Amino acid sequence: MLGLKFDKTKCSDCKPVSCLVKCQYMDLDRDRARIEWQKIVNGEDSFVLEACTTCYACEEYCPLGNHPFYLIVERQEEKGILPSPRPIITMWINQCEPVGRFMVGMVQEKALSFCFLPAFNLLVGGKLFEDIAWSSIFGQEFFCNAVYLHYARMSVIKERLPRIIENIEKQGIKELVCLHDECYGTFTSLAPAYGIEVPFKPVHYYEYLYDKLKEYKDVIKQLNVKVAYQRNCSVRLAPDTDHFVDDIFGLIGVDRVEREYDRENALCCAEVIRMAKGYELADDLQKRNIDDMVKAGADYCVFNCPACWDSLAEKVARRGIKPIHMIEICKLAIGEKPALEV
Amino acid sequence: MSDIYEALVEIVGKDYVSNQKEERYFYGRDPGLMKPHEPDYVVMPRTTEEIQEIVRLANKEKTPVVPKGAGLSLTGLVIPQKGGIVLDMKRMERILELNEKARYVIVEGGTTHGVLKSYLQKHYPSLRHSMPDSPPIATVVANAVIHGQGRLTQQRGFNSDMVSGLEVVLPTGEICRIGSCSVSPYWFSKGPPLPDLTGLFLGWFGTTGIITKLGLKLYPCKKIRDVMLFLTDRAELVPDIMLKLGHTEMMEDIVVSTQPIPLRFKGNFFILVFMTGDSDEEIEFKRKMAWDTLWEYFDSRDGGFVSITPDMKTPMMAMPSKDTTRFADVRKGGGFEYSGPIAPVEKYPDFVKKLEELASNYNLSYASAARVIDGGHCMMFSFSYTFNRADPDEMDRAKKALDEAAEFSLDQGGVIWKPNIDEQKMMMARMDPNTLRLMGKIKELLDPNGIMNPGNWEAK
Amino acid sequence: MQEYANQIHRCFRCGYCTFPTDYSYFNCPSYRRFRFESYSTGGRLWLTYAWVKGEIEWSEHLAEILYSCTTCKNCVEQCPMKFASDIVEWIVGARSDMVEKSKIPLEVGRFFEAVQVYGNPLKLPGSERGAWADGTKRYESGDEYLFYVGCLGSYDENGQRMARSLAELLKEAEISFGILGSEEKCCGNEVYMLGEMGLFQLLAEKNIQKFKEHGVRKIVTLSPHAYNAMKNNYLKFGADFEVYHYTQLLYDLAKKNTIKFSQNQAKVTYQDPCFLGRYNKIYDEPRQILQGIPGIELVEMERNREDSFCCGGGSGNFVMDLLAGGEESPGRVRVREAYETGADTLAVACPSCMIMFMDAAKEEGLEDRLSIKDVAQIVKESLLLEQTT
Ligand SMILES: Cc1cc2nc3c(=O)[nH]c(=O)nc-3n(C[C@H](O)[C@H](O)[C@H](O)COP(=O)(O)OP(=O)(O)OC[C@H]3O[C@@H](n4cnc5c(N)ncnc54)[C@H](O)[C@@H]3O)c2cc1C
Ligand code: SF4
Ligand code: SF4
Ligand code: SF4
Ligand code: SF4
Repeated sequence: MLGLKFDKTKCSDCKPVSCLVKCQYMDLDRDRARIEWQKIVNGEDSFVLEACTTCYACEEYCPLGNHPFYLIVERQEEKGILPSPRPIITMWINQCEPVGRFMVGMVQEKALSFCFLPAFNLLVGGKLFEDIAWSSIFGQEFFCNAVYLHYARMSVIKERLPRIIENIEKQGIKELVCLHDECYGTFTSLAPAYGIEVPFKPVHYYEYLYDKLKEYKDVIKQLNVKVAYQRNCSVRLAPDTDHFVDDIFGLIGVDRVEREYDRENALCCAEVIRMAKGYELADDLQKRNIDDMVKAGADYCVFNCPACWDSLAEKVARRGIKPIHMIEICKLAIGEKPALEV
Repeated sequence: MSDIYEALVEIVGKDYVSNQKEERYFYGRDPGLMKPHEPDYVVMPRTTEEIQEIVRLANKEKTPVVPKGAGLSLTGLVIPQKGGIVLDMKRMERILELNEKARYVIVEGGTTHGVLKSYLQKHYPSLRHSMPDSPPIATVVANAVIHGQGRLTQQRGFNSDMVSGLEVVLPTGEICRIGSCSVSPYWFSKGPPLPDLTGLFLGWFGTTGIITKLGLKLYPCKKIRDVMLFLTDRAELVPDIMLKLGHTEMMEDIVVSTQPIPLRFKGNFFILVFMTGDSDEEIEFKRKMAWDTLWEYFDSRDGGFVSITPDMKTPMMAMPSKDTTRFADVRKGGGFEYSGPIAPVEKYPDFVKKLEELASNYNLSYASAARVIDGGHCMMFSFSYTFNRADPDEMDRAKKALDEAAEFSLDQGGVIWKPNIDEQKMMMARMDPNTLRLMGKIKELLDPNGIMNPGNWEAK
Repeated sequence: MQEYANQIHRCFRCGYCTFPTDYSYFNCPSYRRFRFESYSTGGRLWLTYAWVKGEIEWSEHLAEILYSCTTCKNCVEQCPMKFASDIVEWIVGARSDMVEKSKIPLEVGRFFEAVQVYGNPLKLPGSERGAWADGTKRYESGDEYLFYVGCLGSYDENGQRMARSLAELLKEAEISFGILGSEEKCCGNEVYMLGEMGLFQLLAEKNIQKFKEHGVRKIVTLSPHAYNAMKNNYLKFGADFEVYHYTQLLYDLAKKNTIKFSQNQAKVTYQDPCFLGRYNKIYDEPRQILQGIPGIELVEMERNREDSFCCGGGSGNFVMDLLAGGEESPGRVRVREAYETGADTLAVACPSCMIMFMDAAKEEGLEDRLSIKDVAQIVKESLLLEQTT
């Protein structure tokens, strides 16, 4: 069985215990945080394992890259803790099971991963994807499976991820542009944390977009709009890609409004939290998040993740802010029309 | 040409009578698994008077008459067991009157649910009727005749409970009005305060007369509809979940489905909870009520609401639900039939067990949808099995599974909905003998020559 | 060959296919006209299956039922099953079976014979095919477009009016184009839909050969039927031309301001031809042309675009008219509907729709109240005067 590369000593030497101190869902001072965290490290019971909303954020908070969240997931599973109701977990496990249905386009060495999200069929189009749109993979066979981090099922990830990686490799792909950043996070953070080799180069689609936009520099029209960025849970697995947001916005003349819930303090879309913890917390998070966007005077809300889109786009639109996916705001900047609407 | 043919042509015109093989073949069967039997004539009347004349002719000739809507009840109720005349009612398709203040509509004997829905949406968007999930060509009258259920059944009972008056051509040819319309120009009540005579026609499968007009109650159509999806993997919790949701008196419809494929459905019961509201606040409030009422299952992690994406929602919200029809071809065979007992909701776990057992014994694909009736007095539970029309062996197995399901649900205290002729016999064999005799007397009285849909409800 | 035979049992006879999207009323022209369920899509498929299984014998009536389908594809649009897109191909497959066994209705036989002998279903001499065109030049290699006129455009009086309007427009827009005149042959679209695959192949091959001889690269067709055949069904016989329907071309010209419009006061409703709309998803161009003309108010019939109701002329019925007779014949139903919109003009983009509606309007007594014009004619009448020399 694959094991998590986790370094106990880092934690015992750790002063700030940022993983839990910064947690947005638990109010712990350093001392309390250290105690609870040590319990988790030692495999003892801790209320944290129950209280965790699986927001992924502590992966980003840990300054030493020691993967606190992966450890939490491991421990939750060991202890039979159900972060979400059992039937929901079952449904997720069943619906993404690889069953041998390879949905591939005309795959070349450089390919796009549509993850298991049909929205990318709409989003991918136009000049930005001219040469690559058909070189794509989609569906269970290529699904990164990171979603099971929400469901205390690291075992499923460990079992499926190597198969998935093999499936991708077998397509002859050398460079995989991940349109869902959860895939990117899986290949650059989760896989290495378990010593799983990734025999191709994962590329975040932000980087891809940024390079493309530079090619189209001459046709870019400065948008001069204010946007609130909806920074989603899986960004926490690869926070180093965040600068691309600013880089892209810089190219197309977009102002990423300063607001309370962006960057490290971002609030997730809350849909997993709704299923896990109920509507009150989820409604509260969504309200705070959108209020914050409104307060900051945003014209647009830019989405990274199609699942966030599904849970928030309509709600954002009702408050007078235009929802738009990152790909589409880039399209706008080069004079193309967005394809995804509420 | 026979005399009957000529006489029928005389009544409805030659374009609307056929005795040709092709029509006899098609009208001699339905999409289900009952054995075909061809009619001698297919006739498409346009008026009540034409029907009167046809019935008189049939009495004279002692030839059977079988009224037919779209033939979608699947249990062979429109297969003319003794030949004779099939009346395809669908040319009597008009919407005759709508009373907005008394909230009813009067339709003809062959008006389809699809056309009625479209008409209301266009002309009276604040009114609605209880739409079943049968394909839109299903007729309003036939659906009431078989005591169908629709989107409003959870709140308002069987679709036949929503009837507000009838015009019937009796088997002996007289035209008869039933309900408030028998003494008043208004069609607001099917009986009360008079004796409720609709009971002589609803549930009788056309054996006691041909309904030519039907008043149907309409209900408020709120501006917004929404749906939530609750999952549980424990069948034994389903009855209480149904009752708790019913208790809120706030849900439009509650449908529980289970099926092993696609994989996503495996191992869980999918409870669709529909709600309506005139404002976001109203919907929001009902949504919270649904959560709160099922909170204990959420807390114990035995159940939970799944977030549904907009593209999942669209097919769930469709009226009628096309997915129900699609089940016929999930295995590329073009066929399915269900046995649909009406039973107390507490029977759910036992029925599910039987559903799966039969599927495995007969090697069939299965699905089931159970709709809560009238806040929880009972449910319609479907034992649905697909079959491939090109595979006689599979058709045979499916039929056997359905027969066993019917037997089983009777043993469990259920009553079979839209029973085929064999199931009718099974029920009559168990029926209170005095009730059976009463049914016999009614039939004899109304249809002395036994011409109406013979083979059905043969209560001796 | 006959793929349909082992698929056709999959129809559940549920009847979704008889409706438009909103279920407002029956939208399968053949069911609407005859009303026996045997004439609905499900009826046709079940009876065909019964014939394949040997449960019923072939009969004139069976063939009539199969051939009264206008191949309008409403069913393809509405059937909820996975096989939906194949339904018309199944019907065509069954017809081709009947053709192979020489078991077809008389009218269908006559249609084939006419096309075989005369090169058109109207039994008119091939030498007169270009007679409408006085002044329109023959195609020469180097011309940008071959204007493929088709049988109705060449021979039918109303079709010719359409062909002339278009030819004049193209001239005025200084498009380089030519016609084949007497060298042109039937496109074969109807022959295909009626199931005569051998004859279709012959026509396709001859046409392709002729086009290639002349060095044709781009084709613009008057009829959506020809457009459909050439765009979709010629490919397997080696066609590699760009094919356009004339509304696409006109749309382009209007967009580029090559043609400019003056006022044209009219209230217009537009009929989506099945072979343009449901077959090839061209819904917007004709509408945008019309809406671009100042003064024209475009109103929609209740059923439009994907839900449009067929004129009844498809699958050779503009000649055979198996759905004729009575108020419920599709053409008559549709002109009534057009009239109910309050429009004074019913715009068409297909010569088959044109002739079906001309007849229907007469039968309905609407000929003075509803003029039937094709898009090209309307455009021509709306040109800025300085352009119409
Ligand atoms: C996919 C699918 C989903 C379905 N879902 C539902 C559902 O959600 N709810 C539901 O209730 N049903 C459902 N059904 C069952 C059935 O299709 C409907 O109940 C439908 O309304 C029956 O109408 P019909 O016109 O097809 O009836 P038919 O089968 O034509 O007739 C039913 C009975 O009524 C009699 N009859 C017909 N017209 C008259 C008349 N004018 N006077 C007297 N007797 C008459 C007939 O003789 C026959 O006995 C479903 C069926 C299918 C195939
Ligand atoms: S996981 Fe990181 S932040 Fe948390 S205690 Fe260990 S080293 Fe510190
Ligand atoms: S995943 Fe989120 S909720 Fe859970 S411990 Fe980490 S930061 Fe807190
Ligand atoms: S073709 Fe499709 S929609 Fe029509 S009856 Fe058959 S299954 Fe139903
Ligand atoms: S193609 Fe048109 S006419 Fe033919 S069956 Fe389908 S809907 Fe009816």
